[in-house]
Amino acid sequence: MKSGPKYPGFDTLALHAGHSPDAATGSRAVPIYQTTSYVFRDSAHAASLFNMERAGHVYSRISNPTVAVLEERIAALEGGVGAIATASGQAALHLAVATLLDAGSHIVASGSLYGGSHNLLAYTLKRFGIETTFVRPGDLAAWKHSARPDTRLFFGETLGNPGLDVLDIPAVAALAHEAGVPLLVDSTFTTPYLMKPFELGADLLYHSATKFLGGHGTTIGGVLVDSGRFDWGASGKFPQLSEPYAGFHGMDFEEESGTRAFLLRARREGLRDFGACMAPMTAFQILQGVETLHLRMPRHVENTRRVVQFLAAHAMVQTVLYPELPGHPDHELCRRLLPRGAGAVFSFHLKGGREAGRTFIETLRVFSHLANVGDAKSLVIHPATTTHYRMSDEDLRKAGITAGTVRLSIGLEDPQDLIDDLERALGAARRAGK
Amino acid sequence: MDFRVDAKKAFAYTASHPVDPEKPTVVFLHGAGLDHSWFGLQSRYFGYHGRNVLAVDFPGHGRSEGPPLATIETLAEWVLRLLDAAAIRGAASLVGHSMGSLTALECAARHPERVERIALIGTAYPMKVSEGFLEAARRNEQSAFDMETIWGHAPRTPFGGNPNPGMWMYGDTLARLARLAPGVLYAGLKACNDYAAGIESARKVRSPALFLLGARDQMTPPKAAAALVQAVPGARSVTLPASGHSLMAEAPDGVLDALAEFLTEPLPAN
Repeated sequence: MKSGPKYPGFDTLALHAGHSPDAATGSRAVPIYQTTSYVFRDSAHAASLFNMERAGHVYSRISNPTVAVLEERIAALEGGVGAIATASGQAALHLAVATLLDAGSHIVASGSLYGGSHNLLAYTLKRFGIETTFVRPGDLAAWKHSARPDTRLFFGETLGNPGLDVLDIPAVAALAHEAGVPLLVDSTFTTPYLMKPFELGADLLYHSATKFLGGHGTTIGGVLVDSGRFDWGASGKFPQLSEPYAGFHGMDFEEESGTRAFLLRARREGLRDFGACMAPMTAFQILQGVETLHLRMPRHVENTRRVVQFLAAHAMVQTVLYPELPGHPDHELCRRLLPRGAGAVFSFHLKGGREAGRTFIETLRVFSHLANVGDAKSLVIHPATTTHYRMSDEDLRKAGITAGTVRLSIGLEDPQDLIDDLERALGAARRAGK
Repeated sequence: MDFRVDAKKAFAYTASHPVDPEKPTVVFLHGAGLDHSWFGLQSRYFGYHGRNVLAVDFPGHGRSEGPPLATIETLAEWVLRLLDAAAIRGAASLVGHSMGSLTALECAARHPERVERIALIGTAYPMKVSEGFLEAARRNEQSAFDMETIWGHAPRTPFGGNPNPGMWMYGDTLARLARLAPGVLYAGLKACNDYAAGIESARKVRSPALFLLGARDQMTPPKAAAALVQAVPGARSVTLPASGHSLMAEAPDGVLDALAEFLTEPLPAN
């Protein structure tokens, strides 16, 4: 049917979702509710809030009005049922895992992950009895055959770190569902502007909001979003959600609500007990970034395309790993799943070895050498000695990282200034490598 | 809790409490395409405040086996059989939303001895559904779910703060509708559209009746309920100012406060 009601557009939701002008003051901007707690109307009201008979805020570790605006806004942009903002992206990943998995359960994960996520899965969770099998993200047979009876989660990044493998979300989601488990994706590099993972079949997603959502390199935060589409009861593998829980007065979260069960438990147990919540000031700062996400992301992508084009033609560059380039192994997948662009973070292999790499990074003036991506300013890092330092040579090789791999995060500067900066540094690297 | 009605599984949420025939009972009846959790906060409240709660999943919805029932009259009779299955012999209070409100009305008209009070939320009579909406639902097209979602909330909902922290109302409705078997939404909408006994049944109601309406309701605007309000003897009406058709989510406290007052006040002497 062509006529009929319409949803607000992405740009409008980025500015408005989750917030009406403050009823008490008329404030147009989202107020920063810098409070730990909320006065009860009376004892009965307090009891009803604690027992989830009324909606509202009790204590800011569990929920806060400013943080709730960010949560609702990101859920709206992603098309989810709701979201939980966390202290960091890593806290969001941990919250998802801790809500769904117990000791003795298993994850199938892409091997091309942010180093911090790899550490959590490969080492830290292992201490708590949760094992992970890593697979090459494009190897669908490996995803399928790595699923075990105790598998509870499939996990990957929309764009793998640092080689920019494009996760075939429709195919991997289908395999996850065949195994009776949800697919969780880290959507940090793509943001909802470039990709909507739920529309492709993912069940859960999270962002390091520190990156493009905040967008200005000022604030650490994360957001975990649920599509509400995974049927926890039908799966039969998640008693955490579909059986009475002694830790919350015998609540059966799935019976309370099939679409909200995951977020109910994640908030009522995960935030309550682990406590990695987001501060209201942090939520306010990230909201400032979200309000211009639809303006910044096209410019990030446009600048990136200019830089990629320059690097791909340069004699000192061995390879540029950007899936919009025809030579990238996931080029076709990129065209299908990322029509608005493959983001603004990518890697390239520099010729000339370790010394050339060091000289290159130290010669750059506009690019900042640091451990972050998704800033309005352009950034550079050498993964083998920083973000992926703890990975074995074998794991590095699997992730497509060499001694000459350099990762760039392209910002919003004049693209010609970025190219000039890179050209100067590549010249210095060439001289250093001789 | 699972019951058996017409030899099929019928689910009703009881707020984790066993059904006690000695307690007063409140039955919650959801709208087309939805399920028991549409009354999540309100049903949980009454379950923890001295009532039996039966927040049903109508056949074909939520956890109850299908197929969906085709008319308001058959839904009303099904509710009576569910009360029998739950061994509720005394009169129960019925709280219905949209399609569930017409079902509650029809129950009260047909079986006054089994109905103590009725609360009709987001209601109208006639409850006509546009041809385009019905046809899209019949074809199980996404546009039908979009219409149910957008018209099912106040126009400002996508910009407003959800009283339930961190939740996105449109997303929640769409996720629920995505779980429906083909034809279930259509059956519910058609039952509403075809219901022809509204005024006649309203005049037969002998129990206290409360109408809870959303001032910004795009599906069943308050003026569309006026004839029904007038036809139910002694009925009273409460309009919640900022709410659309999804009153339990958009104005959960307003709905709960009105229900708590209505369901606890003494019954008239006769």
